[in-house]
Amino acid sequence: MELTKDEEKSLNGEHGEAMQTAYRILSATGEATDAEKLVPIHWAHVSGVNYNTIGDAGEEFLATISKDAKFRVRTTVNPMGYDKDSVEKFGLDENFIQKQESIRESYKKMGVTPSFSCIPYEIYDMPQEGTQVAFAETNAAIYANSVGKLKTNKESAFSALASAITGKSPYSDLRKDDSPTMSIAMKVSDPNELTFGLLGYFAGKVADKSVAISGVKNLDKRCNKSLCASMGTSGTCGKFVLDDNSDASEKVDFDEKEMQKVYDELNTTESGDLITLGSPQLGLEEMTDLASMLKGRAFKKRCLIFCPRTIQEQARHMGYAGQLESAGCELMSDCCTCLTPLVTKKDVDSVTTNSIKGAYYLKNSNGLDVNLKPLSEIVRDETS
Amino acid sequence: MTLKTIVKGKVTGKVLKSSQPINFLGSVDKKTGAITDQKHALFGKKIAGSILVFPNGIGSSVGAYTIYSLKSNNSAPAAMACQKADLTVASGCALANIPLFILSPDEYDSMKDGDEISLG
Repeated sequence: MELTKDEEKSLNGEHGEAMQTAYRILSATGEATDAEKLVPIHWAHVSGVNYNTIGDAGEEFLATISKDAKFRVRTTVNPMGYDKDSVEKFGLDENFIQKQESIRESYKKMGVTPSFSCIPYEIYDMPQEGTQVAFAETNAAIYANSVGKLKTNKESAFSALASAITGKSPYSDLRKDDSPTMSIAMKVSDPNELTFGLLGYFAGKVADKSVAISGVKNLDKRCNKSLCASMGTSGTCGKFVLDDNSDASEKVDFDEKEMQKVYDELNTTESGDLITLGSPQLGLEEMTDLASMLKGRAFKKRCLIFCPRTIQEQARHMGYAGQLESAGCELMSDCCTCLTPLVTKKDVDSVTTNSIKGAYYLKNSNGLDVNLKPLSEIVRDETS
Repeated sequence: MTLKTIVKGKVTGKVLKSSQPINFLGSVDKKTGAITDQKHALFGKKIAGSILVFPNGIGSSVGAYTIYSLKSNNSAPAAMACQKADLTVASGCALANIPLFILSPDEYDSMKDGDEISLG
């Protein structure tokens, strides 16, 4: 990858250690993805905020780099480990809270917009089509490319952080060539958001960079988010297009049999001790929709709902938050189902959710059994 | 032949080869370097000190922090070698200073689990 004279100086440490670290990361990712140059980006969305995932090494790294790094472009961040309004209910130890607050402070020092959300595309205005951004959170990167028509690589936590610090990203991968090389025919009838989650997990496994999906007219927000999140979990694919006439050379079917295979890989129990909704976090549309589904009903078990703080505030003003709470939901902001330290084996053995991404990490990272169901069935079976 | 060097370094060690891609955040214990995903081909094995040969990284962007943490906890592979590079593995190795190589298809196929090899 060719660097300008000024970029070269940064890589050699002439503009400080933080800048040097950022350029070292960009050089490696540029080399890895055959980029010939760096291009300016207009928005970075950084992951690596939750102490549960980045640990002591991550916390120390951020404390060090934030001493002299400043974000050059608007930078939003992923969820952290808890909602400070309800943290005392979950019995996290003092060390966790202290380290998490240190991470929050490091991002603040670098000039972050404190979104603590994995759905930046639902809480901020989207820039115009074709704008170069650098999104790390995988569901957000796939959503930005596929639904928002923006341009981003499927960035890593460090490459997005380096882009936030430098305002640049390698001109590679999906920025350059995003034409699908594979087309998947959707053959499952009457699909819901869980079906699209299973399709996304399958697509992530078989497709490489970008994939076409045929047999699907349009997707509502819940289905779109479910598809993006599960695709990001299982593979490297960073974009999908709905296209019945793709000229992609490779074609595969996603039928009932394939769907069942994915389901059997991720579903490990028929019932959960607790319900979680929100991986990705719920947006306003999903909150209002859920409130109307729950009219006159209440959950029989504990039900945690994860949403961005701005969405919770809006929902509260509009009365929906109160309705959800009356139906037994606990609203949580700044954190997410995925990699949560709040749902552990100490308290429960199993979780019911409609999120494939949530299921994957609840099983693999939290060691819990997972019961997967679409939202309509969760409401039918778990409320009265 | 090694097609590309993403992070430089000379290393000699034993190959630990995975037939499957690796989700570092979801399936590797960042303290011990053990593979924790029961459905993974390397389940129960430790990647520490090995030359980890695998197709590519997948999944969460935060996997880059897992790679960095492995290094801080002295549980990282001595080097990694992949079929294709992805941003999570490339950036994690760059920050942790773990040598990372992209292999030619022939070289990738010829590496066997347990081989003593030198790279770089």
